[in-house]
Amino acid sequence: MADIALVLKGGTVVDERGSRQADVAIDTDGAIAAVESSIDTSARVLDCGGCIVGPGLVDLHTHLREPGREEAETIETGSRAAALGGYTAVVAMPNTEPAIDSAAVVRDVLEHGAKALCQVLPAAAITVGREGKQLVPMAELAALGVRIFTDDGNGVQDSRLMRRALEYASALGITLAQHCEDEGLSHGGHMHEGEWSSRLGIPGIPAEAEELMVARDIVLGRLTGAPVHFLHMSTAGSVELIRQAKSRGLRVTAEAAPHHFTLTHAEVASYDPVFKFNPPIRGDEDVAAVKAGLADGTIDAIATDHAPHAQEVKEAPFDEAPCGMLGLETALSLAISQLGLPIDRVLALMSWQPARIAGIQAPGVVAGAAASLCVIDPTAQWTVDPSRLASRSRNTPYAGRAMTGRARHTIYRGEPVVIDGEAQR
Amino acid sequence: MTALKHLLSIADLGPGGLEDLLDLTDSFVEVSERRIPKVPTLRGKTVVSLFYEESTRTRLSFESAAKRLSADTMNFTVGTSSVKKGESLRDTVTTIEAMGVDAIVVRHASAGVPWQVAQWVGASVINAGDGWHEHPTQAILDCYTIRQRLGSLVDRHIAIVGDVKHSRVARSDVQAFTALGATVTLVAPPTLLPPSLVGWPVTVSHDLDDVLPKVDVVYVLRMQRERMTESLLPSLREYTSTYGLTAERARKLSQHALVMHPGPMNRGVEIAAEVADLPSSVITRQVANGVAVRMAVLFRLLGSGMELAHG
Repeated sequence: MADIALVLKGGTVVDERGSRQADVAIDTDGAIAAVESSIDTSARVLDCGGCIVGPGLVDLHTHLREPGREEAETIETGSRAAALGGYTAVVAMPNTEPAIDSAAVVRDVLEHGAKALCQVLPAAAITVGREGKQLVPMAELAALGVRIFTDDGNGVQDSRLMRRALEYASALGITLAQHCEDEGLSHGGHMHEGEWSSRLGIPGIPAEAEELMVARDIVLGRLTGAPVHFLHMSTAGSVELIRQAKSRGLRVTAEAAPHHFTLTHAEVASYDPVFKFNPPIRGDEDVAAVKAGLADGTIDAIATDHAPHAQEVKEAPFDEAPCGMLGLETALSLAISQLGLPIDRVLALMSWQPARIAGIQAPGVVAGAAASLCVIDPTAQWTVDPSRLASRSRNTPYAGRAMTGRARHTIYRGEPVVIDGEAQR
Repeated sequence: MTALKHLLSIADLGPGGLEDLLDLTDSFVEVSERRIPKVPTLRGKTVVSLFYEESTRTRLSFESAAKRLSADTMNFTVGTSSVKKGESLRDTVTTIEAMGVDAIVVRHASAGVPWQVAQWVGASVINAGDGWHEHPTQAILDCYTIRQRLGSLVDRHIAIVGDVKHSRVARSDVQAFTALGATVTLVAPPTLLPPSLVGWPVTVSHDLDDVLPKVDVVYVLRMQRERMTESLLPSLREYTSTYGLTAERARKLSQHALVMHPGPMNRGVEIAAEVADLPSSVITRQVANGVAVRMAVLFRLLGSGMELAHG
């Protein structure tokens, strides 16, 4: 049996099995050696007093930008931001340049990911170049370990193609994830269509542009029997459609992003493109519906949609600026402080439920499991300072905002990659 | 009133600020009628026009206003500038400011750009039209023109007819007209109205014939031809027959009612040629007042502490 390398002392262990006061011993092979009420040790100790020791967080929706947009983020910098946010695994979205649509690019991302501060799970595109025309070699990519396929950034517009993709995928044990946007309806829009877009004179994207594709893919999922995952759900109508689909036993899962449960379209009155998102931040009733969906299990996961953009491209006119914000380092705090959910529900939404959707083993804090853990100080007070974020970009709408709760230590395969909120490499 | 740094929105002014600018405009109308229509008020100040969108009339109106106040003017034309070489908005604005300017007059096809520019520079910023959002100096000159002809806007009923959805003029006019006590009715097909009118102090009608006899002013918006390609209307012909201010329709207006248009007009589409030339049409008056209004705005922003020289 391998020697003990590290002991997490004095915390409350929380995982799918429940909650208990326990110390966690981690061996030199990076596995959990013991979870016991008190472990005496001469090995290195990390203080976890007052903290929650949970399984590592899993992000279903991270834009690492590599290859192609390394000025905005790299696999290394993005994985450091992830580790600081408590994540031990992230799904790397395929809208890179080139897109992750071939074995060569998948291998490249896996190779860089092997050196990262967390597990990097490449998602692949559904169609070549994310152009919505021709299917990628799904079986070949699935054999390399790809479990999520998505054209994220674009929805698959062609219903027949989407049907074929789902049918083909159903034999491979993979999940197609949809960015739901009917481009006929969203055409030319830059923010949520409604009171604020009307007042601000910015072309709007109606909620129905998302809901139309959610509805379509629910019925295509029913037709084909394939699982469908819905990315970044942002409208009350979408949440309701998914609730109905689940009540009928359909194989659908869904995620929501922190900006969709913390920000509304009123923020756009500043014309600051840091508030530009796709799907856009919407109305109060949509925020309430997303929160309710997270609380009642309609939405399975909180996913960041971490979308780094270089400062110069975000300082463009609102119409011209790219969409999205940094999410990895603020998601946990926002989930803890804004949802009013107990910590085990927050962990379900951020750890084991997304792990299952990503097709990896649901992490637990038990002897024998890989030691990929997140130690959370649920009462830590801190202020978001963009210049101190690990990401290569600075586009956070929460600059200067006081936050409650933070990842204190992150252990990835036995290695303490974050100690007391500081990245170790 | 408190010193005004920028003019980005009609909302920046409030009713008091708006009345103040209208009163100030009276003085500049007087200046404009002199044999040499020029005062030394802003000598040594530099006003740059930064137009990312073609607009000969608004640009000329601002330049003329600045020159009559003896300010130096610079003209940044996007077509011949480094913008074509991929320079960012922020870099362009920073470069212009480094040349030493006191006011930047901005027109851009994207809503909100004047707000962004105002955050980046120390100079005063004047919004000369941002996307579909606002065009405050147009609204001030519209108010001035109505006041000139009807005495006051209080309890006047104004119909704004046409493509409100895509109109920065309408967004500013609604705020300005209502701030000065007028009632506003928007008259347009549903496809040319904003998706939401929550918070807009207006009523809506789809029946121009019903509205015309009741109003003191009919304000006709420009109908852009590209709206046809966006399936917003079946045809221009149908638009003209339902919402165009034809000669026949114009006869439904009461004796004192004014016909207005922000220009440039599509004669025969939203307004009949003969209606545009009626005595009740104040469209040319609007253009003339535009220079005096912009003089008042420049004076208010750049001439703080200065007395306006009379005589």
